[in-house]
This record gives sequence, C-alpha cells and structure tokens, in this order.
Amino acid sequence: MSELLDTIKEAVVNRKRKEIEGLVSDAIEAGIEPVLIINKGLIEAMDVVGEQFAADDIFVPEMLASALAMKLGLAKVKPLLKTGDQPSLGTVLMGTVRGDMHDIGKNIVNMMLEGAGFTVVDLGVDLTLEKLMEEIENLKPDILGLSALLTITLPEMERAVLEIGEKGLRKNMKIMVGGAPVSKTFAEEIGADGHGEDAAEAVTLAKRLMGK
Amino acid sequence: MLIVAERINSSRKVIEEAVQSGDVGVIKHEAKIQADAGADYIDVNAGTFIREELKRLKWIVEVVQDTVSIPLCIDSPDPLVIAGILPIVKETPLINSITLEPSRLDTILPLAADYGARVIALCQSSDGMAETADQKVRMAHELVEKAEQAGIPQDFLYVDPLVYPIATNPHSAVAALEAMAAIKKGIPDVHTICGLTNVSYAVPERKLINRTFLVAAIVRGLDSAILDPTDKKLFGAMKAALAVMGKDEYCLEFIEAYRAERIA
Repeated sequence: MSELLDTIKEAVVNRKRKEIEGLVSDAIEAGIEPVLIINKGLIEAMDVVGEQFAADDIFVPEMLASALAMKLGLAKVKPLLKTGDQPSLGTVLMGTVRGDMHDIGKNIVNMMLEGAGFTVVDLGVDLTLEKLMEEIENLKPDILGLSALLTITLPEMERAVLEIGEKGLRKNMKIMVGGAPVSKTFAEEIGADGHGEDAAEAVTLAKRLMGK
Repeated sequence: MLIVAERINSSRKVIEEAVQSGDVGVIKHEAKIQADAGADYIDVNAGTFIREELKRLKWIVEVVQDTVSIPLCIDSPDPLVIAGILPIVKETPLINSITLEPSRLDTILPLAADYGARVIALCQSSDGMAETADQKVRMAHELVEKAEQAGIPQDFLYVDPLVYPIATNPHSAVAALEAMAAIKKGIPDVHTICGLTNVSYAVPERKLINRTFLVAAIVRGLDSAILDPTDKKLFGAMKAALAVMGKDEYCLEFIEAYRAERIA
C-alpha cells in the first residue's frame, strides 16, 4: 500500500502530469483510503516540491507543473471522500487590492496553496473594500491573502487591513500580504499577520497561521 | 526601430541606492551609456519610492537632462507624478503610460495633448489586463479611439499589448505576438511597443528568452521596444532581425552597429 502512495508522491514531485490520474486510480482500486491518498501521496509530494523550490533546486514553472499534477490527482480522488473527512488545511480568500490589475504572482500563490491542500477562493484583481468585506462575511475564510504589485496601491492594502480590523473581522481570520513591493517591514507596519517573499514562503506562512 | 532605454529604474538596486544617496555620478553614467548605445528616449522611473515618487523623479530628470539631450520617457502609473514632471522636461517626452482605466485615461490624455507628448498605452482596463490576442486588439482599438478624442493622433500612440510570463501560461507570448500583427494590420498608423522582461519571468537564462521574444516580435511588426540598449547580445539580435526582415537597407545599420562594437 505504501508503495502505491510513494509512487503517487514521486509522480507529483517529478511533474508526471500524464501519469498521475492512472496512478491515483490504481491506488483507489487497491482500496487505499482516499484521505490517505491525499495526505500521504499528494500533499506530502507538494511539501517536497516546496522545499525544493525554497532551496533553489527547481524553477517556478517546474513547481507549477507539480501543482497541476497534484490538482489532477486530487480531482480524481475528491469525489470519493466521505463526509467528515477533512482534506482541506483551511480556506484562503485571495485577491489583488483596489487599483491594481496584477495577478501573476497571486495566481502562482493560489496554485501552490491548492497544491499544499488549502481551499482557495480567488476574488481576482482591483478588489473594492465593499466586495472584500462582503466576501469575508459570506465565506468566513481562515486566511485572507492580499496582493499588490504597484507601490501606489500599497496604501489600499493598508486601508483594507485597517478596515477589516475595525469591522471586527480579524478574530477568526488571519491576514497575509505579498507582492513585489511588499516587505516584512511594511507587513508589520500595516498590522498584517504575515508576509511571504515568494510562493513557497506564502505556503509555509499559511500553514503556520493555521497552526500546522 | 524606436528604442526606449530602460536602465534608470529604481526597481534596480543600483539606481535606488543612487537616488537615495543623491549619487549624481551613477545616474549620469547610466544616462550617457544608454544615449551612446542608441537610445531614442531615456526611461525614468522612481516607482519604488512610496509617497516620494514625484520628488525623487524630479531629481532624476534634472540629472539626466544635465547629462544628455535626448528626450525622456516619464514612467509612472500616477497621473500626479506625470503632471509634476511634464513642466520640467526640456524635450517633448514620451509618457509611460495610460491604460483604459478612467483614473489614468481621463487625467493623463489631456496632459499629453497639452504638451504634445507621445504616449505608451497598455492593453489593460478596469476589468484587468488583456490576456487573449482578441482582447488585446479590442483594447488597442479602444485606446486609439480615446486618444483621438483627446486630440492625440494615431502616430503619437504606442500600444503595448502586454506580454505575460510563459512560465505560468505557455500561450501568453503567442497572444502578444498575434496581437502585435493584428494591431499593425488593423490600425496602420499606430505604433506597437513592448517590454521584454515579463516574458521570461521565473525561467533560467532569462536574457535568451527575452532576445528570442524580441526577434519574434520584430517579425510580427513591432516597431518600438523598451529595452537595455547596452546589452550587446540583445541589441545585436534586434539589429539582425531588422536586417532579416528587410527593414535595414543594404544592412547598413547592422554593419554600422558592428563597427561601433555595439552588437555581439
């Protein structure tokens, strides 16, 4: 059994996008619990990938190809989960702040968070405060991720964090921020719960914010 | 081929430090080597200085204008910064940039018309950046229409179809290339321009990808580029592509660049 899981893990690490669905099917047919396939196969693989990226052993596109393999595998096994199985590490609401149209970095972070086992809801770019508040209240995410690329939209990030706090929405939700001009210092200044320098750091941070 | 030289940008550490410490020598050197390499405009960008962008950019503009006489490309998404710089430039500048977002369009276009400036227009609207070739071309038409309404002729407009990293979407460069060709065909008097560094984001040997993309773009009719003219391999690929595409009679410009040792 663990051999099949190891094969799945290896396939995700090695970006075998064409083979992963067959391997997951094999594991399902062999009677391996879906939740084990996810946790011991797919998610553990992405942990390895995250470490490889953090160590500069692989490039972003390679990391994304692994995340895609992980997603394909996940789609195969997800319908078989029993109610009560908790496959998600938590829900992350993501968006680029108002006035900013940039989403390449945010989308990479989305893929990596999904790859790591989070449920990601992406609100897109140019996110107004009204829309943001509405979605937070509707969705009650565990984490909010805000992104900005332009220095002139950084004040929007600050305003969003401030307003979320004033509305009392931070009790059950952590806020992480990122984007090229966002620094650790800036994240601290505006009172965010954390900042990731790149996609791998964002995943580590999200896990830490969830207490994992 | 119109060349906008990109090196004076505060997102480069050496520039940010020079601006921070008021090191005139570094900025002067950067201006001079780019002018010598054949720049038509010198791009100036102080975007990393939050809340101080205008003040810092004014300083850069003064230093560059003290050094070279070629015009500047004022690079900021902030209409207030552009409005603050326009009165102090000596030569009619290129403005970098407008988008279809009303906050930038409605403020910057009248300024450009007043100063007779040329404008870089990005295929980006309030709904986001154009991703497919069709979206890019549609936005290009809208940008031209808006510019003409503001009294800016097609020939003064440089449409940037925007290219995204092939690392995250393998078809993103093709979308930009197809848009360049379609814009050139559909709006013959308008120019196309493109930054080259986005395309290679997160890939090793980025400069090789950038060069290859530039050549492909020139084949599709790109007539202006934002690049580092001191990069001899890049500059060489550009000159060679122009010669191959029949845009350099008797290869005279290619040979001249060769003699001047500006290509490799």
